[in-house]
Amino acid sequence: MSEKNTTHKEPFLRVSKRKELTPRQSFGLKMISLLLALIAGGIFLAVLGYNPFVIYGTIITGAFRSTLAVQGTVKIMIPLFISALGVTLAYKMQFWNIGAEGQIIMGAIFASYFGLFHDNWPRPLLLLVMFIAAMIGGGLWAILPAIFKNKWNTNETLFTLMLNYIALHIIAFLRDGPWRDPANPGFAKIATFTENATLPKLFGVHIGWVIALILFVLVYIYLKYTKHGYEITVIGGSKATANYAGMNVKKIVLRTIFLSGAICGIAGFSNAAGSDLTLATGVAGGVGFTAIIVAWLADLNPVGILIVSFLFAILDKGSSVIQSAYGLSTDCSDVLEGIILFFVIAGGFFVRYKFVMRKKKSPEATSEAPDMKGGEAA
Amino acid sequence: MSFLIKFIVAAVVAGTPLLFGTIGEIMNERVGHLNLGVEGMMSLGAIAGFMAAYRSDNFAVAIAAAFLAGAAGALIYAIVTVTFMANHTVAGLTLTIFGIGLTNVIGFYYLGMSENGTMKLPEHVTSQMRSISVPGLSDLPVVGELLFSYNPFIYIGIVIAILLAIFYNRTQAGLNVRAIGENPAAADAAGVHILAWKYVNIIIGGGICGIGGAFTIMITNGGVWISDCVGGLGWIAVALVIFAAWKPVNAIWGSFVFGAMRILKYYVNKEVIHIPDAFYDMLPFLVTAIILVIVSARQVRDKAQPAACGTNYFREDR
Amino acid sequence: MSEKYAIECRGISKRFGGKVLANDKVDLQLQYGEILSLLGENGSGKTTLMNMLSGIYRPDEGEIFVGGKEVFINSPVDAMDLGIGMIHQHFKLVDVFSAMDNIAIGTPGKRVAPAKLRTKIKEICERFGLEVDPDKKVYDMSVSEKQTVEILKVLYRGSDILILDEPTAVLTPQETRKLFAILKKMRDDGKAIIIITHKLNEVMEISDRVTVLRKGKSVATVETASTDELKLTELMVGHSVDLSIRRPETEKKEGVLKISGLCVDGSDGTRALTDVSFEVRGGEILGVAGVAGSGQKELCEAITGLMPFDTGSIVLEGTELKGKSPFEILNLGVSISFVPEDRLGMGLVSSMGITDNMLLRTYYKTPGYFIDRKPAKEMADKLIDKLKILTPGTETPVRLLSGGNVQKVLLGREIEAAPKVLITAYAVRGLDINSSYAIYDLLNEQKEKGVAVLNVGEDLDVLLGLCDRILVLCHGKITGIVDAKTTTKEQLGLMMTGAVKPAEDAANNAAKAGEEAAHV
Repeated sequence: MSEKNTTHKEPFLRVSKRKELTPRQSFGLKMISLLLALIAGGIFLAVLGYNPFVIYGTIITGAFRSTLAVQGTVKIMIPLFISALGVTLAYKMQFWNIGAEGQIIMGAIFASYFGLFHDNWPRPLLLLVMFIAAMIGGGLWAILPAIFKNKWNTNETLFTLMLNYIALHIIAFLRDGPWRDPANPGFAKIATFTENATLPKLFGVHIGWVIALILFVLVYIYLKYTKHGYEITVIGGSKATANYAGMNVKKIVLRTIFLSGAICGIAGFSNAAGSDLTLATGVAGGVGFTAIIVAWLADLNPVGILIVSFLFAILDKGSSVIQSAYGLSTDCSDVLEGIILFFVIAGGFFVRYKFVMRKKKSPEATSEAPDMKGGEAA
Repeated sequence: MSFLIKFIVAAVVAGTPLLFGTIGEIMNERVGHLNLGVEGMMSLGAIAGFMAAYRSDNFAVAIAAAFLAGAAGALIYAIVTVTFMANHTVAGLTLTIFGIGLTNVIGFYYLGMSENGTMKLPEHVTSQMRSISVPGLSDLPVVGELLFSYNPFIYIGIVIAILLAIFYNRTQAGLNVRAIGENPAAADAAGVHILAWKYVNIIIGGGICGIGGAFTIMITNGGVWISDCVGGLGWIAVALVIFAAWKPVNAIWGSFVFGAMRILKYYVNKEVIHIPDAFYDMLPFLVTAIILVIVSARQVRDKAQPAACGTNYFREDR
Repeated sequence: MSEKYAIECRGISKRFGGKVLANDKVDLQLQYGEILSLLGENGSGKTTLMNMLSGIYRPDEGEIFVGGKEVFINSPVDAMDLGIGMIHQHFKLVDVFSAMDNIAIGTPGKRVAPAKLRTKIKEICERFGLEVDPDKKVYDMSVSEKQTVEILKVLYRGSDILILDEPTAVLTPQETRKLFAILKKMRDDGKAIIIITHKLNEVMEISDRVTVLRKGKSVATVETASTDELKLTELMVGHSVDLSIRRPETEKKEGVLKISGLCVDGSDGTRALTDVSFEVRGGEILGVAGVAGSGQKELCEAITGLMPFDTGSIVLEGTELKGKSPFEILNLGVSISFVPEDRLGMGLVSSMGITDNMLLRTYYKTPGYFIDRKPAKEMADKLIDKLKILTPGTETPVRLLSGGNVQKVLLGREIEAAPKVLITAYAVRGLDINSSYAIYDLLNEQKEKGVAVLNVGEDLDVLLGLCDRILVLCHGKITGIVDAKTTTKEQLGLMMTGAVKPAEDAANNAAKAGEEAAHV
């Protein structure tokens, strides 16, 4: 046959499997990825003509420069943290729910109904009802794709994606029609909540942060120490195994996805009743997508989610300061988040694989004739 | 009659950016990569196309720049998912967030440098993107308007779709590429250069998405820069791929149908049929969700997603 | 070096994960016009070596010569350019493509017109006695049809060096004979063929020479005519082995598991089992033989409640299982243990450690909302000790363990449940001889305890040696239940293809033998 191969050399670089890294080594890897991402982001800033050190410095000081700034940072963190906890439940089961955005919106819509039309109820009762309504709204919106996934294995990624936009247009519909604020004839918007329907503040920030911390503890325990948490891990490993173990997989999927959506719904409630004090089309504002990134960066670990969502909140808050101070768009935070994630997920490669450089051949390896085994053996 | 023709023409124009996005995504999914970064790549194409047109005053340069920017975004995605074998969903989402973010940062940057805080392409550039008039043909009644009254983007899109269909169905390389999306191990064992073809398809697909993004700013917005100009079209394109059953030719009429849904609200007599605008805006997403369910319930083998879509391939994992 | 060798490997080494030496200075020579068997246990490095010849892996050390010239095979393309064609054990075919399109994938040059391609495929088929419909979609094909397509892929490209990886594992004895006839035709045509196998009788039947691998080393190359199965085994295992499998006599207990008129629809909606009736008695191992996909999986899953059915009944010690969920069956108190075919995909969770995997079938039994890991940890330690499971610790993800250790974890857990019925599917697939015999011993131990064991297997020699009776499935129907002591492999093979029902008297014999055994 062809002889062209006789001159082929081994490629300069190739991929090979390695012994899997330990969790501690993986963490180190992540830190290296993060560092490289910050360097890459710095180069990007330098290309735009900014001093990266100044910009990075301003982001950090911007997020902490005053009590007000710290409160602002925490306020950004609340919905991100809550919804990242929510999507984690789904992702642990390998349910590729990217519908957190829609679930946040539906939670907000359900809560707003009571906030707008039953604001004569006593405040604690009203807030409690809004809280529960938000969970139901977010949960139901999430359970819809799960039902179809159970029945026909409908692709949940694309389905939840569509539901995000449908939810968004539902708000638009309510704003333009039935829930339109009559006090504002010129401009279509939904009325601002009365005080009864808004979350009280603690240390200057609405108590969404307390809710978030309680959820954090609950989700942590739920995943790690309860039978439900165990079931979620097993289903995430293999549905066939879960069936084999006698688990009612469909039921568990529905239950978990409902919870996942319900938690995202709480984020919607906290945003509407804590930050916006009304139902706005921007109630989710991309948080649902960023939450997925947060959850992923944190390896679906609640403690990691706490840290990563805090870092992202700093980035977001700091970027708004950058805009006012240096005229650099606040979207800068999205760019930096993107760069960080690209580096970290690409870095994940090295947990299981490595690149191998071409080795130089030693001359003696080729000169020695191999000893011929066999023939006379046996 | 003329009302209907106007509607169809408008639907085709509204569907064109979707056509580009859909073809780009088909090219991705056909090599097994579910790329949710269409929105991001379209955004990158929009800013690059706009800035190139703004600086060069040349339509062709703008298209080339849009293509290159979309392709550059796709290159990042390809490096992360093909070489570094990262999760497709997360990488795609990141590309979208990154792409939109970068687009807005650059747009904001140049807006800040402009004189009055707005950027608009000069008239002699936009005129190059006007509808082409084919002597003799465009003047034909009905047919002239239906078929020969469009801007150059639309013809480019249709030609790309048809070429891609021929590539998949008639060429050896096209067969190889389809095999990669269905079963990379089979393609690899048969000697197909998996990595190279994945890169090529993802990058060209991204470039095509980029052209679609340029359309949104140069045609839909009439050459005036606004941020978030793609406005969710990339996501509809991802949905359209399902509607088109991963076939480029279906993408042509599919995107025109979805284009019709986008503009329906302007053509329905509001006195007769009273439905809030929000429902029209919701329509493409609602229809896609329903199609998604129907397709999954019917389970037609030939109309399913390429089997390996969303998974990574490493040769030594047998 | 000699020009006459089609392939010559010198000192090939390959390391995985930095530690495991899969190939250690392996030497191998293959001539044109011969069939060479590459013999070795599971895990001895046969497939690794062949994957290096076909460009899937790259050797860390050593040289490969093809036709006397040193070559570097970096990818399957390089291998194909050198005329090396590999027929993989796990078929590499695109399901939604036709046979023809599958053959055409990756071929150099322009796309060949379908009519021309069809003619060329027919020509090759006639020349070597193959049969295939070029327009048939792969998802409609049987296992042996798929294998034919794999062989055609290689022949179509004009490869003159063929490597077949365990080609007979999924075939009936009759299909195997047909394949061997085709291979011999190819050899007489001047092609060089390597056949990878661990079945000794096949080595003796088909090959001209044998190269034996043991623990990644090439220990010997011998002329087939000058050796026998016993010598080969010694070479393969490294010491003399008693190849016979123990079959203890036990007292049989009637009425443990009774299945009658069972019909099951598979997951794709087609009928997978039709009117299946049989009984598994306590203290016996009932083997299940059949071509892959004859309904074995559905049978196991119907009994364990994983696959619902409408017609027929499954009665376990007087309790009807029909309509019960796996959970209800687990909770009956009369336990059924099940070692499924897909160990890491069904029997265990690959990302979990042994402890958490121990919990799988019992976690819900403890009271309260929280999970109790303490007893599971104790059980994990006990199993590691008792079954000599090699693992860095109880919390190491089981996917990092070797195949034999994974199976010990799974079977160990299932046996710990003190079952009345034990169902095992392909219990020794992929395991080396020592591990396999350890598993046989565990099954026999259960049998002696009076457990009713249903053992689905693929190696007919093992089934004949280990089981008391063998049930043969063909297209979801029982073609016979025979006494393992009096049946031959050929009879089983014919029954597997549905060609022949067991002779009247053979069936009677089996029944009688069964009765006798029951009365012992």
